[in-house]
Amino acid sequence: MITLTDVLILSGILFAIAVAGVFLNRKNVIVLLMCIELMLLAVNFNFVAFSRYLGDIGGQIFVFFILTVAAAESAIGLAILVVVFRERRSVEVEDLDTLQG
Amino acid sequence: MQSIYLTIALAPLAAAIVAGLFGRSIGKVGAHSVTILGVGISCALSFYVLYQILGNGMAPFNGNVYTWLMSDGVTMNVGFLIDRLSAMMMVVVTFVSLMVHVYTIGYMDEDPGYQRFFSYISLFTFSMLMLVMSNNFVQLFFGWEAVGVVSYLLIGFWYTRESAIFANLKAFLVNRIGDFGFVLGIAAVLRYTGSVDYATVFANADKIAAAQIHVGNSVWPAITFTCICLFIGAMGKSAQMPLHVWLPDSMEGPTPISALIHAATMVTAGIFMVARMSPLFELSETALSTVLIIGSTTAFLMGLLGIVSNDIKRVIAYSTLSQLGYMTVALGVSAYGAGIFHLMTHAFFKALLFLAAGSVIMAMHHEQDMRKMGGLRKYLPITYWTCLIGSLALIGFPGFSGFFSKDALIDAVHLSSRPGSRYAYFCVLSGVFITALYTFRMFFMTFHGQPRMDHHTQEHLHESPWVVTVPLILLAIPSAIIGWFTVEPMLFGGYFGSAIHVLPANDVLARVGEEFHGSPVEFMWAAFDALPVWFAAAGVITAWIFFLKKPALADAAERRFGWLHTVLVNKFYFDWFNEQVIVPAARLLGGGLWRFGDQIVIDEGLVNGSARSVGWLGSVMRYAQSGYLYHYAFAMILGLASFLLWILWRT
Repeated sequence: MITLTDVLILSGILFAIAVAGVFLNRKNVIVLLMCIELMLLAVNFNFVAFSRYLGDIGGQIFVFFILTVAAAESAIGLAILVVVFRERRSVEVEDLDTLQG
Repeated sequence: MQSIYLTIALAPLAAAIVAGLFGRSIGKVGAHSVTILGVGISCALSFYVLYQILGNGMAPFNGNVYTWLMSDGVTMNVGFLIDRLSAMMMVVVTFVSLMVHVYTIGYMDEDPGYQRFFSYISLFTFSMLMLVMSNNFVQLFFGWEAVGVVSYLLIGFWYTRESAIFANLKAFLVNRIGDFGFVLGIAAVLRYTGSVDYATVFANADKIAAAQIHVGNSVWPAITFTCICLFIGAMGKSAQMPLHVWLPDSMEGPTPISALIHAATMVTAGIFMVARMSPLFELSETALSTVLIIGSTTAFLMGLLGIVSNDIKRVIAYSTLSQLGYMTVALGVSAYGAGIFHLMTHAFFKALLFLAAGSVIMAMHHEQDMRKMGGLRKYLPITYWTCLIGSLALIGFPGFSGFFSKDALIDAVHLSSRPGSRYAYFCVLSGVFITALYTFRMFFMTFHGQPRMDHHTQEHLHESPWVVTVPLILLAIPSAIIGWFTVEPMLFGGYFGSAIHVLPANDVLARVGEEFHGSPVEFMWAAFDALPVWFAAAGVITAWIFFLKKPALADAAERRFGWLHTVLVNKFYFDWFNEQVIVPAARLLGGGLWRFGDQIVIDEGLVNGSARSVGWLGSVMRYAQSGYLYHYAFAMILGLASFLLWILWRT
């Protein structure tokens, strides 16, 4: 029997992996985008789990919305990446520091 | 009636605007026609109002015509209070002003600033009317400042003269000191009564009387503070010591305005104001004693200066100071009626004397030094006789207007038991002798004796044109006779009614009235038993001996009392003190405030300092902007985490 706690632990682990990915990854912006997707998925896990636990279908509907938005967001992020690559011939995080004060 | 009052005040303003803004297109004749018309309308209507009040027994008018502003329960209106006091002042102001307007046609004939001058004096008439007709403190203050501005403009009328610029600046600055006190006084009135309207304030005078001001451990009655502050304003405007220093210098202006502003009307505004505030002043014995002592000192010391001055206008200016001192003394012994009565007679005879002096100055080709005059009687007969009438009125020769006012005033001081009244009595009594001495010194040096002017001037001596002599004659008539009609009602007959408020215990005029022998004639004969008339006679005789019969005696006296002469010529060192002590101290303070307060605190500290601190903050914070995505993400996560922790911790 999979309890609520198990699912929450799983999603917590997923989220922690995503955060670690954001910090540890110094190379590629694509990995960064993937980590952000992973965070969203961890949150989605929580939504589904609580929806089951509380018997409220609303949480699962929310997941659909979040997936849609996440897909759109990734599309935009990747499009920006393509443009950045054309401009600078690089998508390394270390190089993208033009906002530095 | 309200439209009449508005017309009285606004007609001179309209004329001033026309003459001032369109002076070039309407020309000289246009300028003097329009201003004389404006002031003439005011004068005629003022006489009509006075007639309505006296003849038809019209009740005093007190009403607002316009609400200027409302703030926090305090309403400031433009309004008129027309009672017997203001009606009389209106008549005096507009009549003297009209005479001066006519006179100016002759006096300023060749001046390039002809239209400007007419515009200014009409504007002055408007301001002065606003002052006397006001029914509240704020409008009074407006008129007060407006006459000050016009006075400034007119003293510096010949703005290319350095001495004129110095004099008008001096007048303005000294008046600022007085006005500062005046503003504080008005603020105190507002603080304790919550209103600036005369009627409301006077009805609530007991509230001020009940209040006290705590300074440290000492306790001050609020009423004394208020009254002394108001009186400081009066000291500035009415040139009482030590704020008198501007008035002699104001003689730099053209003579007509010396007559109108610096003798007859504006300088009496302070006297008028104190009389108007009598319901407040009556409640403070201390304030009235202060008024009394300052007035009597001024009356005595300023008269002395008239004896040594050689400039004909300055002699009359010192005489004005001394006479203003007399009026102030009358206020100080609660004889407000006598003060206002002397104000009225003084307005006529002093304007007359100034205009006569102006006529002499014109004849002498703008020479003002009396040592270069002499023997002018046969060249200027009308000026001579009118000046004689003015001089006799000034010294209080029995029967002339000045006699009635001054004699009653001295009687009132004699009968008063207010602290300081013995000193004041000594001052005003010796002042009578001094007044007669300097007046007739001026008179003899100018009109009698051997001609001392140069040959060229003597050849061109002739009487002034009719526009100059007619005002002289018209002013000589009231100077001579007005006392006969007005002494009884104004002093003893309750002319002022409710306009002036005197506590029964302080009412010295009533006691003078008990000795008043029923008619002006009896009053006149009774005066021969008293000292002032003989003092005046002694003064005239002394002047005759010293300056006409045996001038060598005057020189001998000057040598014998050299130190006294030096003190007098230096005007008691008031100017020296101001220029050597007050001015450097003020400049030091101002310079310190400028260097420390302005340059260091405000410029460097507040303005540049805030800009610099923002710049410094930015230069530090820019290090937080690394530009790396993971730093920002880390900040976001950290923020989110701490936010969640905060929520957990709260619940």
